[in-house]
Parts: sequence; structure tokens; C-alpha cells
Amino acid sequence: MHLAQVIGTVVATIKDPGLAGRTFLVLQPLSPERESVGVPLVAVDSVGAGRGEEVFFVRGREASFPFLPAAVPTDASVIGICDHWSLDASGSRPPRRKPRRRSSRATVKGQS
Amino acid sequence: MRLARIVGTVVATRKNPKLEGAKLLLARPVDQAGEPTGAAQLAIDAIGAGIGELVLLVLEGRAAGSALGRRAAPVDAAIVGIVDPSGAD
Repeated sequence: MHLAQVIGTVVATIKDPGLAGRTFLVLQPLSPERESVGVPLVAVDSVGAGRGEEVFFVRGREASFPFLPAAVPTDASVIGICDHWSLDASGSRPPRRKPRRRSSRATVKGQS
Repeated sequence: MRLARIVGTVVATRKNPKLEGAKLLLARPVDQAGEPTGAAQLAIDAIGAGIGELVLLVLEGRAAGSALGRRAAPVDAAIVGIVDPSGAD
């Protein structure tokens, strides 16, 4: 699983029937130090996450498991919303920043 | 399986029901010398590992799900062993 921030949503009217009623979220994967890692991706939401929230997601075949018994053709799904995370203070990476308040993330631009 | 070092913990109240009660840890893959070899990722802890410990990390869905003891759990990484202090050379 990986950490990510929800940076937008995607609306697609024409899609596989298995995706009907599902919410697509644009995720920016994050390192534990809250640095962006890699390029954003689109994931199906299974927990009710919204823009600006920090979440974790699963990739691959397991991404369809939250929706069982429905067959949802997705390769990435949001499976949890992070309240917070903490890093070992003696870690080899830069110290973590103070967790930001969710309201301060309203400036993040996303697709719509 | 990969060797990894536990570098953090994650708290998430709202999550998939199959993950209820599971401990979430941040694990950074390391080589045999203990040097980081990749980005930290989130893993389910199946055995009670703690921060700073060297562990065995499975990165495959079926194995991770069975480590958690729940079928069809949406997990792709699980900690399945704690390496003894003299266990990796």
C-alpha cells in the first residue's frame, strides 16, 4: 500500500458498467516525508475520501477486493483515510513536517 | 520477501472493513547491510513488529492477505517476520 494525497476527481459518463456509481479520485503518491513521489494516478474510492485528504491505496489485483462481490475493473483503490502518521525520529530521512490542517489544503488544484 | 526496516506508524480510523484492527506500519526496504534501497511503503503488521526493527516484508497480495488471516483483504504488503539481531548477513 502507498500513501497519497487526493488532488482531484475525475468524472466519466461513459465507462465500464462495473465502474458505475464509483468515484474516481486523482491521487498524488506521497513519501512518508510528505514529498510527492511519481506521477498522479486515478483510483476508485472505497471509503468516501475527498479532495485534500491524505489516504492510502492499494494497487494491482487487490484493488478490486473492496468492492466484492461486485466486479470492479480497477487497478488502484483508496482503502483508508489517514488520521496521521509518524516517523521514527532517528530515521535517515529529513524530519517530518508538522501535519497540516485539512482546511489549509483547499488551494490544491485538481481536475474536475 | 524483502528485508525492510520499520520507520513509522500510520493511524487511520476510516478504512476498509477488512482492515479493521490491523496495525499499519511504514516499512522501508533495505539491503543486507541495512542501507535503504527504496521508498517506504505501507504494510500490514501480522506479527507485532515495532519501530526500528528489521523485518521480512511480503509484497504480494495473496500472501499478504493470508498473513492477515482474512480472505480477499485489499492488501498488497505484510510484515511476516522479525529478523533476529544476527539474522541477516
